Amino acid sequence: MEKTLDTKYTYTEKKDTRSGFGDGFLELGRKNKNVVGLCADLIGSLKMGAFQKEFPERFFQVGISEANMMGLAAGMTIGGKIPFTGTFANFSTGRVYDQIRQSIAYSEKNVKICASHAGLTLGEDGATHQILEDVGMMKMLPNMTVINPCDYNQTKAATMAIADHEGPVYLRFGRPSWPIFTPSDQKFEIGKAWKMIEGKDVSLFATGHLVWEAVVAEAMLREEGISVELINIHTIKPLDTAAVLASVAKTGCAVTAEEHQLNGGLGDSIAQTLIRNNPAPQEFVGVDDSFGESGKPVDLLEKYGLNAENIVKAVKKAISRK
Amino acid sequence: MEKHSTEQLKSICSQVRRDILRMVHACQSGHPGASLGCTEFFVALYFDQMKHNKNFNPDGIGEDLFFLSNGHISPVWYSVLSRSGYFDTKELATFRKINSRLQGHPATEEGLPGIRVASGSLGQGLSVAIGAALTKKMNGDKQTVYALMGDGEQQEGQIWEAAMCAPHHNVDNLIASIDVNGQQIDGPTKEIMNLRDLKAKWEAFGWEVIVTKNGNEITDVVQSLEKAKSLLGKGKPVLNLLHTDMGFGVDFMVGTHKWHGVAPNDEQLENALGQLEETLGDY
Ligand SMILES: Cc1ncc(C[n+]2csc(CCOP(=O)(O)OP(=O)(O)O)c2C)c(N)n1
Ligand SMILES: [Mg+2]
Repeated sequence: MEKTLDTKYTYTEKKDTRSGFGDGFLELGRKNKNVVGLCADLIGSLKMGAFQKEFPERFFQVGISEANMMGLAAGMTIGGKIPFTGTFANFSTGRVYDQIRQSIAYSEKNVKICASHAGLTLGEDGATHQILEDVGMMKMLPNMTVINPCDYNQTKAATMAIADHEGPVYLRFGRPSWPIFTPSDQKFEIGKAWKMIEGKDVSLFATGHLVWEAVVAEAMLREEGISVELINIHTIKPLDTAAVLASVAKTGCAVTAEEHQLNGGLGDSIAQTLIRNNPAPQEFVGVDDSFGESGKPVDLLEKYGLNAENIVKAVKKAISRK
Repeated sequence: MEKHSTEQLKSICSQVRRDILRMVHACQSGHPGASLGCTEFFVALYFDQMKHNKNFNPDGIGEDLFFLSNGHISPVWYSVLSRSGYFDTKELATFRKINSRLQGHPATEEGLPGIRVASGSLGQGLSVAIGAALTKKMNGDKQTVYALMGDGEQQEGQIWEAAMCAPHHNVDNLIASIDVNGQQIDGPTKEIMNLRDLKAKWEAFGWEVIVTKNGNEITDVVQSLEKAKSLLGKGKPVLNLLHTDMGFGVDFMVGTHKWHGVAPNDEQLENALGQLEETLGDY
């Protein structure tokens, strides 16, 4: 079905965003000698193996001890290293929240928390591993930057960009093979929203894997004569409020799409921005206060209401409320 | 519960191994390695050692309780639960598929009989087992609480918080086992994060420690669990170092971390099933 749609962005290849991280991390290692890696028994899953092989003296396997890893990373910044920690998103956040809060965020440590297997699209492992609350937890922490890129290329670019940013960063990516539809030579600007498609009827703000679903939704809506402005929010915090407000001032309504709980996600951040400055109807695509479950990524996105069809519905509803 | 002969237990093990392989093959995901390695342990617990009721009651008053901390080896648990009558074996075919009660990691949300708490995020199960054991004591319930952990899992700090706590509170109605297979995801435990002397560590924390030398020999497992039982009620919790081989029972899977979390393809499945007799009928 996607194939027959005239999407404004297209792809010839699919890859997992975690590989974008792994490839970016290796390149970064070659460019920046202060970059170090830590991993908690998930080197293969995080695609950190190539870096480990090339820079064994800058890489630390810490075993299954995520809390310890966060403390080690905080300590390594003292004296100028830039540690990148690697584990699944669940074990990068909820598991170690207080370690991050005290030793990293509050202490303003230059640690990059790199989190794979986020969201429902982790698939078969099920709800214990499918964290849908991580963005909320991380964005609540003062000093923390929160980034959720949308495909392999953007994840690679983001991985390289965060090393040059001083301060703690949460970088969220995933496991499934996903369309690569953004350019390989993109410049990644932290905190700068990317207007991917100009439109006038609705502002569609999407992050992570759902940016692709939004690209598909835009094409479906265009066929029905609805003009969508699609904005890629790769940086959830700090939010590019100027871009959000400028777009909604023009379109008069908003839809947000994310692979996360509605409580505490990107949608909340956008709603807060709008309500304080320019209240406008907003619809939310995300997980509505439930845990996930085992299954295939695409089936899960459908069951939990996170695919292009759901975005289309949300857009129509937002427009009808103007 | 009827007593099973050693031969009967062995034949159950063979069927459970077939179930494990067919389950992970059908969804092309999940964790066969330590599931195969812990088969004798689960069969010994559910078909010989534990007093339990297939008409599942979450509170388990007057029953022995089992907690799986290394939740990724759900296939062996699901197989043994269904083979002991908790639910229809046909349901094993739904493992890890959408709308199933057989979640990738054990969960209570879908109401699968036999599961009392979710696991999957490592390091948490022993604490829960200690809590349940304390409740049994408060309730005057004389039955035993069992728990299983992985050896890689010993790297989690919470394990050692629990280790310190159980002897302090005289939790002597608890038998915790560690699946000492020497493997974890990224490689052998020795290379990933050396555990060194687990026996000395647990003893230093105040546990009675026993060793099951061959956790893939059913008689050895039964004997150790009998011994563990005899040590209960004396003020100390019991820790069983259960030595197993990851992937036991399938020649090309045994003894390597490579099959920790990888499903066999069609050809590999056929080869593996050829090594394991179908004793109770495939689901
Ligand atoms: C807190 C946490 N961190 C990481 C993981 C990912 N993980 C799943 S199994 C595993 C290895 C566990 O090793 P071990 O306990 O020895 O089990 P085995 O590989 O022998 O089955 C890891 C790291 C997890 N499930 N939970
Ligand atoms: Mg192990």
